[in-house]
Amino acid sequence: MAIGFIIAIVLLMVITIAAANIYIERRLLSLWQDRRGPNRAGPWGILQVPADMIKIFLKEDWIPPFADRTVFVIAPTIVMIVTLLSFAIIPFAPGFMVVDSNIALLFFLANSSLGVYSVVLAGWASNNKYSLIGAMRGAAQMVSYEVFMGLSLMGVVMLAGGSFSMREIVESQKEMWNVIPQLPGFIIFLIAAVAESHRAPFDLPEAEGELVAGFHTEYSGIKFGMFFVGEYISITLISATIVTLYFGGWLGPAFLPPFFWFMFKTFIFIAFIILLRASLPRPRYDQFMAVGWKILLPISLINILITAAILLYKG
Amino acid sequence: MQNNSIISLLTERFGAEAIISQPTVDGIPTCWVDKSKVVDMLSFLKNEVSRPYRMLYDLTAIDERERSNRSVLPVSSDFTVVYHLTSYGRNEDIRIKVPLQGEYPTMPSITKLWANANWYEREVFDMFGIRFDGHPFLQRILMPRNWQGHPLRKEHPARATEMGPFVFTEDDRTAADEMLQFKPEEWGMSRSSDDADFLFLNLGPDHPGTHGLLRLVLQLEGEEIVDVVPDIGYHHRGAEKMGERQTWHKFIPYTDRIDYTAGVINNLAYLLTVEKMAGIEVPPRAQVIRIMLTELYRIASHLVWYGTFAQDLGQISPVFYTFNDRERVFDIISAITGGRMHANWFRIGGIAQDLPQGWQQMVADFLKHFPKSLREWDKVVMRNRIIKARTIGIGVFNTDEAIEWGATGPALRATGFEWDLRKKRPYSGYDQFEFDIPTGRNGDCYDRARVRVEEMWQSLRIIEQCMRRMPEGPYKSTHPLATPPLKERTMYDIETLINHFLGVSWGPVIPEGEAMIQIEAAKGSNAYYLISDNNTSAYRCRIRTPSFAHIQMVPYISRGYTIADLLAILGAVDFVLADLDR
Repeated sequence: MAIGFIIAIVLLMVITIAAANIYIERRLLSLWQDRRGPNRAGPWGILQVPADMIKIFLKEDWIPPFADRTVFVIAPTIVMIVTLLSFAIIPFAPGFMVVDSNIALLFFLANSSLGVYSVVLAGWASNNKYSLIGAMRGAAQMVSYEVFMGLSLMGVVMLAGGSFSMREIVESQKEMWNVIPQLPGFIIFLIAAVAESHRAPFDLPEAEGELVAGFHTEYSGIKFGMFFVGEYISITLISATIVTLYFGGWLGPAFLPPFFWFMFKTFIFIAFIILLRASLPRPRYDQFMAVGWKILLPISLINILITAAILLYKG
Repeated sequence: MQNNSIISLLTERFGAEAIISQPTVDGIPTCWVDKSKVVDMLSFLKNEVSRPYRMLYDLTAIDERERSNRSVLPVSSDFTVVYHLTSYGRNEDIRIKVPLQGEYPTMPSITKLWANANWYEREVFDMFGIRFDGHPFLQRILMPRNWQGHPLRKEHPARATEMGPFVFTEDDRTAADEMLQFKPEEWGMSRSSDDADFLFLNLGPDHPGTHGLLRLVLQLEGEEIVDVVPDIGYHHRGAEKMGERQTWHKFIPYTDRIDYTAGVINNLAYLLTVEKMAGIEVPPRAQVIRIMLTELYRIASHLVWYGTFAQDLGQISPVFYTFNDRERVFDIISAITGGRMHANWFRIGGIAQDLPQGWQQMVADFLKHFPKSLREWDKVVMRNRIIKARTIGIGVFNTDEAIEWGATGPALRATGFEWDLRKKRPYSGYDQFEFDIPTGRNGDCYDRARVRVEEMWQSLRIIEQCMRRMPEGPYKSTHPLATPPLKERTMYDIETLINHFLGVSWGPVIPEGEAMIQIEAAKGSNAYYLISDNNTSAYRCRIRTPSFAHIQMVPYISRGYTIADLLAILGAVDFVLADLDR
């Protein structure tokens, strides 16, 4: 009973935040780009998102005749499912989480690996050359960046006494947030996580100036909407994960409840990821892969070695 | 005489009977040569003569059959093919004309001599039906493949009302679709190499990265570009044909729409030539106002480029910043002219009206504000490491290649060659101003960007000098052909009244002759080659635009790079589709 209630709350909350992200992103982008942004639907344009949703639900649900129908329909659901599943292991506050598992972090990594199927299948099923190139880029990018993402997290696990439980990782940060001893790990995780969710500036599978819309070129209506919302859910997921792993999760001064601190920190990261999109150009595909394998991989390995050495030395 | 020295060299080499020289208004040595000798002569001019004519600046044709007075031509000709060569060493041009007889003549191709002759010859074939023997791919370039007739021939109708109602049946649609199918074999491309099948990717005509209706077909191996085939003509509006139909005065608004980001710069290119033919001296105040507006438009054009260049590289914000400042430029322009992008403000012999009160303050405010923006964008765009990684060493060409392909403007200067027509052939009073010519070193995308950013600083310097030293005096010439003539004096003397009446009702009659004046437009060298047969409209109006030459070069500088690089290259080329197709 209690777990069902928490699941319902978490799902509702996550989807609301994802929808709010659309509005927040558009307003923040317009603020940084010296323009007004959506301001017509409702006060300060807050009804823009409901209006967009009504539009996207009512649009013709069109499947191109040359596409592989079954796969074409399945692809966008995958990204929604795996990102939502990942929220099962996020501790929002003490006692407020769906599952306190001892393999939580592995579950998160496994889900993010599955996300690549969404991109690859969408690109393949669309039977469009732009989609195909986008999907190929997406597959290579996500498979590579998973490696560093996993490795960069090992330092955090070590600091938590070898635990993969998110709750224990948060509790291990009572003295000091992980971001201080694990700064290189944090930076690599941040880059890898943005790459995993293929957000700008690492939106190479979409790359609107080059590949039109990349893997989802042929999608429209609610199926496009799933990719779209899936992207915002994964921004929320990344931000929540970063906060949990590196910024002490719900920990914060006692004058405000832990849940507030968690949300506050998460929103800062959401805004930061939006700022990344507003400010950075897109690297070229091969450059991006080269940076991953030649710079980020060695750093994450060295980070593990040094962390382990210090922990062993301290005993 | 300096001007005729090249003619005497040619006479020495090919014999006096082979060359018939023709006087022109612009003083460019012009000679008529038989088609059997023209390839040798062009080859001599390009490769053998000292300080050679390395650039094929323009290649076009004239349908001479309906000239009101054909006896002015030194040689009888039905169609004349015109080669316009430029020598940077001499800072001189030469025009070679080839008379052709008959309805659908042929002549030898010079594609082996100049790489950029390819598109120009296709254009002449498309527009006039003149065939070039030895051309590798003589197909229509601007018109659809199934077009009937050749538009710039005099018998081809210029108005829709002369053409009968337009019908587009289902069969026509199928045929049109079929026509757009890309068949690699036609272009001599194979579908596979020894170890891979190529992917043919159709980029455009509607694509976010092509800035308009440009279609490029990419031959890809993985993401690497093996070859590119540009397919142009989607933006063709027949501006040259309209130039032969509208009066000299009424054609001015059409020029605004050639390079539509650069407004009155187009007016200037056209009017300098018209004024040369009419023998009009433009008063100093009008000249300085023209320069000021030209430089404001240069900034406006470069700002469009700056934002979209960053956008092409995936940076989404700078385009809003640059367009905001472009609006500041347009505020000044609209206060002066009432228009924004298509100001249509210059007139034969001057400008349309004097400057409004308070213009100094607006210009001064802009001069104060804009350097801050430029410095900020330098940090955001030009010094960004990812931008550098995306553009340095990409799309490289050197000075020789630039000249071979007819690249001008910032693209030429980015190769390290200091050449700016405003300095080298000062027109419209540019010699009165102090400014530098920014150059690059490597001729890559980054250097082309760098040069344009520096040009905006130089334009600011020029505008500042215009503001400080704006001369007093009339804003339009009192020459009888200045159009429309100054109204104030019409009620006081009969001559002005007559001129006013004729100039406004018929339009001015420009005396017989031909001229072409190159100017440094925002995107490169732009020129109008105008021929008058003593009439109220041009007999032939040829528009030489920089984008045409630059886009022709794109396949050459894109091979071996990736799709992402191609977009960086296109972004750094800075082209406008209307300027490409006209």
